[in-house]
Amino acid sequence: MRRLLLFSLIVFTGIVFIGRLSYLQIYKADSYSLYDDNAIRPVYDYPKRGFVYDRNGKLLVSNQPSYDVMVIPREVEPLDTVEFCELLKIDKERFIKTYKKARRYSPRLPSVFVSHLSKEDYAVLQEKMRKFRGFYIQKRSLRQYETSIGANVLGFIAEANRSIIKKNPYYKLGDLIGKQGVELSYENELRGTKGIKFIQKDRFNRDIGAYKGGALDTIPEPGKDITISIDSDLQEYGELLMQNKRGGIVAIEPKSGEILSLVSAPSYNPNLLVGRARSRNYTRLNNDTISRPLIDRGLLRMHEPGSPFKALVALAALQEHAITPETTIYCSGAYNYGGRRPMGCHCGTGRRNLIKGIEQSCNSYFANAFRKTIDMYDKPTKGMDVWSEHIKSFGLGNYLGYDLPIGKKGNIPDGDYYNKWYPGFRWGATTVISNAIGQGEVLVTPIQLANMTAAIANRGFYYTPHIIKDIKGDAIDRKFTEPKYTSIDKAFFEPVIQGLHDVYNKGTASFLKVPGIDICGKTGTAENFTKIDSVRTQLTDHSIFIAFAPKDNPKIAIAVFVENGYYGARWAGRITSLMIEKYLKREVTLKYMEKMVLEKSLEEEYAKPYSGKPFRINY
Amino acid sequence: MGRETNRYFKFDWVTIILFFLLVGFGWVNILSASNTGDVINYFDVSQPYGKQLAFILLTLVLIVLLLAVDAKFYERFSSVIYILSMLSLIGLFIFGKNVNGATSWYAIGGFTLQPSEFAKAATALAVAKYVSDLNTEINNLKDQLRTFVIILIPAFLVLLQNDTGSTIVYGAFFFVLYREGLPKIYLILSVLVVVLSVFSLKFGAIIAIIVAVVSLIIYKVFSKAKQTTLQSIFAIIVSAVLCFGIQFFYKSILKQHQKDRISLWLRLEKDPKKLEQMKRTFAYNLNESEKAISSGRFLGKGFMEGTRTTGKFVPEQHTDYIFSTVGEEWGFLGSSIVVILFVLLLLRILYLAELQKSQFSRVYGYSVASIIFMHFMINIGMVMGLIPTIGIPLPMFSYGGSGLWAFTILLFVFIKLDSNKINEW
Repeated sequence: MRRLLLFSLIVFTGIVFIGRLSYLQIYKADSYSLYDDNAIRPVYDYPKRGFVYDRNGKLLVSNQPSYDVMVIPREVEPLDTVEFCELLKIDKERFIKTYKKARRYSPRLPSVFVSHLSKEDYAVLQEKMRKFRGFYIQKRSLRQYETSIGANVLGFIAEANRSIIKKNPYYKLGDLIGKQGVELSYENELRGTKGIKFIQKDRFNRDIGAYKGGALDTIPEPGKDITISIDSDLQEYGELLMQNKRGGIVAIEPKSGEILSLVSAPSYNPNLLVGRARSRNYTRLNNDTISRPLIDRGLLRMHEPGSPFKALVALAALQEHAITPETTIYCSGAYNYGGRRPMGCHCGTGRRNLIKGIEQSCNSYFANAFRKTIDMYDKPTKGMDVWSEHIKSFGLGNYLGYDLPIGKKGNIPDGDYYNKWYPGFRWGATTVISNAIGQGEVLVTPIQLANMTAAIANRGFYYTPHIIKDIKGDAIDRKFTEPKYTSIDKAFFEPVIQGLHDVYNKGTASFLKVPGIDICGKTGTAENFTKIDSVRTQLTDHSIFIAFAPKDNPKIAIAVFVENGYYGARWAGRITSLMIEKYLKREVTLKYMEKMVLEKSLEEEYAKPYSGKPFRINY
Repeated sequence: MGRETNRYFKFDWVTIILFFLLVGFGWVNILSASNTGDVINYFDVSQPYGKQLAFILLTLVLIVLLLAVDAKFYERFSSVIYILSMLSLIGLFIFGKNVNGATSWYAIGGFTLQPSEFAKAATALAVAKYVSDLNTEINNLKDQLRTFVIILIPAFLVLLQNDTGSTIVYGAFFFVLYREGLPKIYLILSVLVVVLSVFSLKFGAIIAIIVAVVSLIIYKVFSKAKQTTLQSIFAIIVSAVLCFGIQFFYKSILKQHQKDRISLWLRLEKDPKKLEQMKRTFAYNLNESEKAISSGRFLGKGFMEGTRTTGKFVPEQHTDYIFSTVGEEWGFLGSSIVVILFVLLLLRILYLAELQKSQFSRVYGYSVASIIFMHFMINIGMVMGLIPTIGIPLPMFSYGGSGLWAFTILLFVFIKLDSNKINEW
């Protein structure tokens, strides 16, 4: 028995030790990763972010070096703070505050002391840096905008926040990531892949060399340069025309779906969101809730399409054989439908056929065509569904699928939509007659309107609009090179296009003619309501215009939306003509019209609802 | 006899091979733990791995000498060796060099010697000699006390030199004496002291006393031995005094770092903020060592590839904390093999000890197994956080010439004695 004591203790100890080892090394240690090992520090080598060029090869976005002053508090020795603060252009309070913060974070590890020094400040500071022990300068790369336009398209980059880092472990705290525009859409192409060096540390957190002699390290892969489809001259001109106005311009090349220009007004200079003033400027732009410069109106502003929508109503009616191009009605200046208040018409009275109806934008004609389309079917629900499908085949009522990160669906109502509105009630074509003239429940965004115009220009198909033209060493997404067909037969487009052509030549936009260019277009005016002190109040109408040119083999399709611009031809129409001339001729001959648009400010109009006084509209 | 024709077969080669496996693998880990990242020159004696290699080579000479000496020498001269060893310990108070708060080294040129390591072997010889003496009867209280004195002299001397770890190792002789017939009451008392100490520190003296009373009642009900009420009351009073005594000892006599270690081990601190604080201060070593072992997982990171070992995250890693290098670089597999090698070595020595015909050899063999076992249990237990931090080396494994030689002497004297058992009639 006595012999067994030490024997059993030895065996017992061995078992306990192996048990403890399995707890420590098998049970507890399943999550070991090189990244979590605090003896290893991954150091990232950031690749060059890809450049952005416009369709003509003009450089829009490149990179610039930026210099951060870093501090390692425990290495700091007494210094001439007055001189140092002057060099850094900070005051003493800020110096003390930042220093204390850095010290609190870690006395041994570097913290950013002052970020984003300009090249000039850097040059001065660099010579004197040796005097300030514990401080050093770290170079980073920032975006350099070679242009002042297209902020909404180009977007911006900023430090990745924690929720992004959680979702995508590629990003680490302090990494820059595209936040808007093409910087976001083509983030993966532009950023490249960063290289990693694993550094072995000792217990004082000092680097003592490469881990495994650098066997696991990777070299950075530079970002790809991209070419976007924007014509920067046209974009710049569009932004110029939209100065002092609010709204959007979207121009698309119909034969490819490339977005030629995407103007949102008011906008901002993209250089504002770079460097030391980025945060302050962003806050200022973001807090401007009245003119909202950060909102891309070309993509996000949902509105009633107004009269341009009549072209689609006509196409749907033709496809359903509800009308023929020869169908005529007599417009008495109003459209009566069953004892209600008649729908007014401003076309002047007279007998209208399809072409004439488009030319004069006759409400009665399209109300009739719409009603007939719906009534082709036994039940209005069915008729409405068929009609809705035709309209949606033009890319309306849903996301278009373009390669910019933001958008709105718009709204194209179908049968169910009204069944929900009128539960248990009967409803018919006349109930929803407003849709016939692009009002009522129809909502679109300017880019949807431009895309719809491109589909008409192409006589029945469109390419998904896109901003990318070329990725160096990569192909663009196939969905942008495959045509999407509308549900309307090609033959039905000709009379409608003829009508749109006549709009420019003898109709509502005849004063907008551009010499030498055959333009097809359509004016639009949408009523505009707001709530002032919870009272529904009407404001000056929105001015809308769509057009494509030339009539045969079209090169540009465009939609212009000017908030509170009054009737369609007034501002949106003029801007459209100028844009088309600029794009096709590369110079503008309509100097008088250009001057008029440039000098016009609608700021007074926008201020009206905030004035607190009664005001006039639509004059 | 066949074995006699070749004198080398007399030695127990199993023990020798286990010894060299441990020494060799120990050196591999010392190399990794003390590698500075420069080109490795194995004979660079300015580096721990180079020095240790030199120590190991000198060990070979030492072994030949130990085995060449006549076996009877060790028994005959054990008293002299013991006295010389005690004198070397006393000499430390005059000539000793202070390292890390312990005055345990003689410095001769650039070379240091730690006599307390050798004193264990000397004490083992002395105990073996005294217990195996024909006139000694271990059941006799007088003889017990004499034996205790032999053991307590070196234990007390190293305690005075602030080498608490080595003092605790002398507890190993308890196993030896118990094997040789020390009355059971000592075993019961020791277990009682340990259990009551832990209980009174962890849960307070009152609960510890209640536990003592309850166990006494249970013992009384099931035990056939007759016990008077007076004896029971006496036992309870002893327990109570013990419990309060332990608390007093903990609060007033132990030094702060010893208190901290015990408080960490018994998880006496509940405040998470203070726990974090502990992890950065005195628990740092243990915390890093556990993390290093843990990060090795099943197969380990590979020789010289342990990130924490390379980064020197575990202080004293090539000495007392060498097992954390094994854990990190060789993983569960390597660490388990080390544990198993130690267990095999210990069981082999025990087995050989029981085969001895002379009581001197048996007692000595038992002492060897007990001393190595104490080191093994305390060191690996400490590195893995199972017992409080007590700084003693892992035999054959840790860096250090004195330790290596002392264990070589301890073990090879026994191998010599064992080889001679055939002549013991």
